Amino acid sequence: MPIRLVVEGLSAQRGEDLIFHDISFVLSAGQAVVVTGPNGSGKSTLLRVLAGLLETLSGTVRLEGAPAEIGHPRELCHYLGHRNAMKRELTVTENLAFWKSFMGDSANGHGVGIEAAVEAVGLAGISHLPFGYLSAGQQRRMAMAKLLVAYRPIWLLDEPTAALDASADRLFAGLTTQHLAAGGIVVAATHQPLGVEAMELRMTGFASVGEELI
Amino acid sequence: MISLFLRDLKLSVRAGGGALIGVLFFLTVVAVVPFAVGPDLNLLSRIGPAILWIGALLASLLGLDRLFQAEREDGSLDLMLMQETPLVVTVLVKCLAHWTATGLPLVIASPVLGLFMNMSEIAIGATMLTLLVGTPAVTLIGAAGAAVAVTLPRGGLLVSILVLPLAIPVLIFGVSASYAAVEDPAPFLPPLMILLAITLFFAVIGPLAAALALRSASD
Repeated sequence: MPIRLVVEGLSAQRGEDLIFHDISFVLSAGQAVVVTGPNGSGKSTLLRVLAGLLETLSGTVRLEGAPAEIGHPRELCHYLGHRNAMKRELTVTENLAFWKSFMGDSANGHGVGIEAAVEAVGLAGISHLPFGYLSAGQQRRMAMAKLLVAYRPIWLLDEPTAALDASADRLFAGLTTQHLAAGGIVVAATHQPLGVEAMELRMTGFASVGEELI
Repeated sequence: MISLFLRDLKLSVRAGGGALIGVLFFLTVVAVVPFAVGPDLNLLSRIGPAILWIGALLASLLGLDRLFQAEREDGSLDLMLMQETPLVVTVLVKCLAHWTATGLPLVIASPVLGLFMNMSEIAIGATMLTLLVGTPAVTLIGAAGAAVAVTLPRGGLLVSILVLPLAIPVLIFGVSASYAAVEDPAPFLPPLMILLAITLFFAVIGPLAAALALRSASD
């Protein structure tokens, strides 16, 4: 059964400040939503709440059609935050091999090999270098390769294309389209157009209601 | 999980990992004691086990604050928090790797430093054994402290202050077992068994507390 990500009446606060309240949307397999809005409007907070890294104030995030052994929706999610979650001291291959083996694959899918993932982000041939030697854009691309080595149906992407050039933007749009075509779900917070067909969720800032535009 | 263990070991021996810093600190602490106390060989051999234990305790506290902080700074902690694998297990494996990289070298270096303190073979052997049994407890207690201080940029001292009171029983039983081996009437086995019990106790409590602290510290 294909999964559906159901978000109902979600509110979150940081410290004493209400960041957003009453956000609801439903994403079926193959759908993407792009979260837009000015700086500080709560895009990252929304993604971290979806990833189970921040407590919700009210509302629920749940998955329909997920295997019974899944305790929390975050276990079926990939989270690509501002930081790349790669160790500078280890080589790219070592980093990716670690995440591939540590994260494992979710049901109904499997990650690609490390060489194939590095090739998919267009950086074949430099995977033997320590991660710290790469440029900011290359590091970001390698962090994307991490999305491919361990399969998760849901991708939560926070500013995925920051520090990327135009060709990497297109490449990333291609990867996202492939993931959606394979029945994945993508939630991305971004300022730049993602280059894929997606709904838009506009965050309007301090304690305001997110409205959904199709 | 094996991959996490191997990765943490690799990180600790690569540049800036700090596996050897603990041993160097241990060496420095123990090496200055004879200069401060003076060349009284009997006195040195009497205080030897205690000095080795204090040195090892302080040295194993040295790198603890980075246990989770380094993971948090590059975003790896977020991913670890999201996995199906229970966080307690992840923390326990990280503790094991940390002990193998920083605690085990201290145990291995202790016989050489025992010679500095004019300790007998039996005293050296007993101290090494108690360090082997007792230092994992320090790491496991320290994991809880490191998890509490994970969001503080300069939490190193705070971790030491949080951890030291809890590590006092380890120190007491470690040193008393070492002394019991050389001083005749006192039995060696009971304090060693209590030390082992403390380590096993904290192998359960430490990761549990650390996992709870990490969950609530996320921002």
